[in-house]
Amino acid sequence: MALEKSLETGDGQEKVRKQTAVYVYEAPLRLWHWVTALSIVVLGVTGYFIGAPLPTMPGEAMDNYLMGYIRFAHFAAGYVLAIGFLGRVYWAFVGNHHARELFLVPVHRKAWWKELWHEVRWYLFLEKTPKKYIGHNPLGQLAMFCFFVVGAVFMSVTGFALYAEGLGRDSWADRLFGWVIPLFGQSQDVHTWHHLGMWYLVVFVMVHVYLAVREDIVSRQSLISTMVGGWRMFKDDRPD
Amino acid sequence: MSRLETFYDVMRRQGITRRSFLKYCSLTAAALGLGPAFAPRIAHAMETKPRTPVLWLHGLECTCCSESFIRSAHPLVKDVVLSMISLDYDDTLMAAAGHQAEAALEETMRKYKGEYILAVEGNPPLNEDGMFCIVGGKPFIEQLRHVAKDAKAVIAWGSCASWGCVQAARPNPTQAVPIHKVITDKPIVKVPGCPPIAEVMTGVITYMLTFGKLPELDRQGRPKMFYGQRIHDKCYRRPHFDAGQFVEHWDDEGARKGYCLYKVGCKGPTSYNACSTVRWNEGTSFPIQAGHGCIGCSEDGFWDKGSFYERLTTIPQFGIEKNADEIGAAVAGGVGAAIAAHAAVTAIKRLQNKGDRP
Repeated sequence: MALEKSLETGDGQEKVRKQTAVYVYEAPLRLWHWVTALSIVVLGVTGYFIGAPLPTMPGEAMDNYLMGYIRFAHFAAGYVLAIGFLGRVYWAFVGNHHARELFLVPVHRKAWWKELWHEVRWYLFLEKTPKKYIGHNPLGQLAMFCFFVVGAVFMSVTGFALYAEGLGRDSWADRLFGWVIPLFGQSQDVHTWHHLGMWYLVVFVMVHVYLAVREDIVSRQSLISTMVGGWRMFKDDRPD
Repeated sequence: MSRLETFYDVMRRQGITRRSFLKYCSLTAAALGLGPAFAPRIAHAMETKPRTPVLWLHGLECTCCSESFIRSAHPLVKDVVLSMISLDYDDTLMAAAGHQAEAALEETMRKYKGEYILAVEGNPPLNEDGMFCIVGGKPFIEQLRHVAKDAKAVIAWGSCASWGCVQAARPNPTQAVPIHKVITDKPIVKVPGCPPIAEVMTGVITYMLTFGKLPELDRQGRPKMFYGQRIHDKCYRRPHFDAGQFVEHWDDEGARKGYCLYKVGCKGPTSYNACSTVRWNEGTSFPIQAGHGCIGCSEDGFWDKGSFYERLTTIPQFGIEKNADEIGAAVAGGVGAAIAAHAAVTAIKRLQNKGDRP
């Protein structure tokens, strides 16, 4: 779906500025994005406080359940993230072709590498004008895969392996993910990697938010509003 | 001797009454988590089955497993199990020494070929052809391979035999390895711990002798009945964990009130063992009850995970050691600084180029 509309500037005598808009992100995908964003925030904060708990609660144990609530929020958000991710994989099959960009990085295409290089130069301030992209730019696509897809899968697998320890032997989580613990060595090693994974995703979120804001301002297409409304707007009508 | 002695014969010969014997069977059934109906079955098995000899080898170790084992708290286990299990060879506990001891080992191996159980305490060092541990003038690794050849099953006592323990800790100069790296063709039951709990040891061995099969094992080869849950899952201080009440310092109010030791490095949440249920010394206490966190002695490589008083593993880098949070925070800080710098340059460039924008 694409839309072309002409906007007259001011009194309309100097030039007609065209803005082309393309419908990129469908509603389920946008919903998934913001639900995942929220669950990552919840997971990061609660996860940190599981590893380094808040100061001791006063009073009797029976009157407090702070760690219980924090852990509940962590596990609930973990379920939301993991199930949402499965839904996202499903959407890659049934959604539009932009929905597949997250999972299928076209590393076999020479042109893609060329554009990747162009994008690297753009971020190093060596290119004056960026290229236009309907979906992700190559660098963004690669980063989304390496940081988000790999990171989320890693955190889900190690997370459910740790969750299985609480559910107990022969629980569904233990049958599905219990093999992860001996793979890493022992439980404490999985905890350590899960911690490192959190920081990996923290770095991802920082870079992701910064670049989304930055591109929204200096690139030639809309970024943030696209993930809200689904339409990619272009700021000029020069080619590519 | 036309027929081989049964356990019951041996126990009666040791002066144990039938009443005591039946009490022992009930206690064993209870200890193994079996119903009352199993007590007569255990009694029957012990009356009819020829006893299985156990050959107990000692490799590179500190003998803490033996020390724990001989303190088994069941009233009768101390008297019975030692005679009952027909410990035909254990160079620490047996009366014979030297050539007689080695002769007893060879005789049992010959007479009970494929029937005896091999229990290994400690582990073999592989470096320098195994010369870091010499038993009877020969490297322990040779004795281990020799005895394991005709064994029915193998028990790995303690963290040494199961995982490697302190002698296999970095940098492991003797190249000590857990026994499953050497014995690859026999079923191995791992009973980790440094040492394992006495009742766990006697429980495992009694199960194997009475039922003639291995107990149900988990993925890492540990009996599920004793290593199925973490210390944390059955810890009596768990309500304080859920409430968010922690010992922050060793001398604070929380320590006096018996709050959770999570923040002072308790490894209970990552350690599979029976300490919080079976406890130690006739069920008297266990480390957490004594006010000190679990150090995770039954877990693989527990010596190499950094401080016993930190929850997070120490990650060695180029000479400095940090934990996951310190590394993560440093990286996040670096990336944050990079983002700020990049944003600043972006803003400057944008101002510079303002004139020639379309």
